[in-house]
Amino acid sequence: MRLISIFAIGLIFGIGISISGMANPAKVINFFDIAGSWDPSLMFVMGGALITTFIGYRLVLPRPTGPIFESKFQLPTATDLDVRLIGGSAIFGIGWGIAGFCPGGALPALGTGRSEVFIFVAALIVGIFVARAANTALRNRQAAHS
Amino acid sequence: METVFTPFQSLGGGVLIGLAAVLLMLSLGRIMGATGILAGILAPASSSDFTWRVVLLTGMVAGPVVVLLVTGALPEVSVPVSTPALIIGGLLVGVGVTFGAGCTSGHGVCGMARLSKRSIVATLTFMLTTGITVFVIRHVIGG
Repeated sequence: MRLISIFAIGLIFGIGISISGMANPAKVINFFDIAGSWDPSLMFVMGGALITTFIGYRLVLPRPTGPIFESKFQLPTATDLDVRLIGGSAIFGIGWGIAGFCPGGALPALGTGRSEVFIFVAALIVGIFVARAANTALRNRQAAHS
Repeated sequence: METVFTPFQSLGGGVLIGLAAVLLMLSLGRIMGATGILAGILAPASSSDFTWRVVLLTGMVAGPVVVLLVTGALPEVSVPVSTPALIIGGLLVGVGVTFGAGCTSGHGVCGMARLSKRSIVATLTFMLTTGITVFVIRHVIGG
């Protein structure tokens, strides 16, 4: 039951991404191209997703019994606005603007079988490993200096 | 290249994305972030942790196939950029989301919905740099 539910949730996400246009780089890049061929569709994706999640979380998170299949909700606890968060997000935006795919758009798009999506996801995975190695090295150096 | 403005389809897709985020919180108590899900598959904390992420990813990948079965056509994926741009963009996205601890789904949808200060700052930051990047590529370099 647990795994069937999880599969169904992935499927809902994948269908949502597919019909929203988030898996279509031409549409994503045009959303940001306000000075050119602007397509405001993605504002509706973000709006629909945000309002639904905002309301849904407020109904779900107060459950005294926690989630259905786990003992508790696992929410991020970090609160600091550090260089990693802002620098990382800035770099992500540059990459998103260059390629037109974000991770949430590209992963479901693998299902279309298009070679461009596989190329992007392969580079994405390499990028994650590179950043992880750099992150570990940075933390080790900081630890050695303190 | 012009694309067709699709407010209703995009709103419907957005609602489904949000619904998936709410259901994942309800069932597993987890944030629906593509970055976190992928990162957890590449370096799983445990085998059960690995399993749910792979099942979720499989469901995501099945999305376009279901769209094909229902509508008779795969969702449109038109890529107006070159292969080197896809590779450079992919590398930067991978590095950025790892340091920034999230992307459009994790920070932009789930974190913003929780009114997380970090997610609001992250989302404003990447929306701004994406906009600047597209402007530079299309109107400064390409113009």
